[in-house]
Amino acid sequence: MIRLVLLIALMFGAATALSAQERSSLWPEIPAATGAPHPEGNEYWRRNHMNLMRHDRDQTMRDGNREVEASLKGCFDCHAAADGEGTIVTYESDKHFCRSCHDFVAVKVDCFMCHRSTPEGVDETADEGADHAAILSPRQTLADIGDLVAYLKHSNRTLVVEAGQ
Amino acid sequence: MTGNNSTTRPKGAEFSRRDFLRSGAAVATATLAPGVTLIAFGGSQAQARADAGKRWGLLIDAGRCDPDCSACVTACSDENGWKDTGHPETDAQWIRKVTLKNKFTGHVSSAPVMCQHCEEPPCVDVCPTGASFKRVDGIVLVDKHTCIGCRYCMMACPFSARSFIHEPVNNQKTHAPRGQGTVESCTLCVHRVDNGGTPACVEACAATGNEAIIFGDLNDPTSDIAKRLAEYPTSSLRPDLALNPGVRYSNL
Repeated sequence: MIRLVLLIALMFGAATALSAQERSSLWPEIPAATGAPHPEGNEYWRRNHMNLMRHDRDQTMRDGNREVEASLKGCFDCHAAADGEGTIVTYESDKHFCRSCHDFVAVKVDCFMCHRSTPEGVDETADEGADHAAILSPRQTLADIGDLVAYLKHSNRTLVVEAGQ
Repeated sequence: MTGNNSTTRPKGAEFSRRDFLRSGAAVATATLAPGVTLIAFGGSQAQARADAGKRWGLLIDAGRCDPDCSACVTACSDENGWKDTGHPETDAQWIRKVTLKNKFTGHVSSAPVMCQHCEEPPCVDVCPTGASFKRVDGIVLVDKHTCIGCRYCMMACPFSARSFIHEPVNNQKTHAPRGQGTVESCTLCVHRVDNGGTPACVEACAATGNEAIIFGDLNDPTSDIAKRLAEYPTSSLRPDLALNPGVRYSNL
């Protein structure tokens, strides 16, 4: 009897360990930051960064207060993520600091349609253009439109055939 | 449950952080307060926020403006990152050189035209979202966070000072965010002004030796710009509209 209980306990323990392992492998890989850590703690910033930035953006934009605490520029002082080759990546890349979590929670931000997603001085055009900054994403190319026309022609023909029957 | 948590908890945390910052600021103000302002140290005009007592403006002397010079336009483009995208009809244009010819006398004068930073801005009147706004110190701006790109302000502006961004943009300047689907115009280099500086066009014009553009506080009678306005005859563009622009012209 004791052996059975032990066995069940062991199985349960193994299952828990396995699920914990799975969870950690699915967790987003957040790029390491440089500079001093946030005094409020990372947990606070994960939960409140959007409110802090929205509050301070209005202070800067509307009131001209340039000595605000939270700003996108300030974020990238420490949170500029690099790819495997050490190049600073833009929001176009899934290695980007913001995207590492935002992809995970499926929240698309439009900050980088207007703001640069790297520190000043990095050439963003090197990272395959500005597709992340386009209103329509992905942009329709001529080839896409050709496909659409072919599809419409095809379905139109089918419809005509159906109508004739 | 979780939704409730996420709405209540950040607010408490936010207040504690703000209170902490505010208390720090109060100490700083208290030590500075007795008759000592930041202006007293090294002549810097740096301040925490836009000053309602000021009215920033420009005085453009067309008599000193060289028709062949476009240093102000180049400087603005470099400073704020707007540039040629190969679509001349729709490319953004924060400042442009305009040449005027008197058909009767043949006299030609040249001057830059940009957002005139009106006291009664028509662009602000028509904006449906409140994105187009005037700061307390008279600088007219577009808040791109709320701009929906409807372009009513472009229709309303009698100076055609505003542009719509048609193309996706990257490589922006950190101090001048700009993106597809929003309207933009001259900001009077607000990021420089807030730090006690002068607009890029004014600096560039002075560097050429023409010194055709002067920047300053129209409300301060001791400022260079106010003295000149009091001494010499000047005009504004479209005075019939009674918009009282912050940008003034002389010898036009």
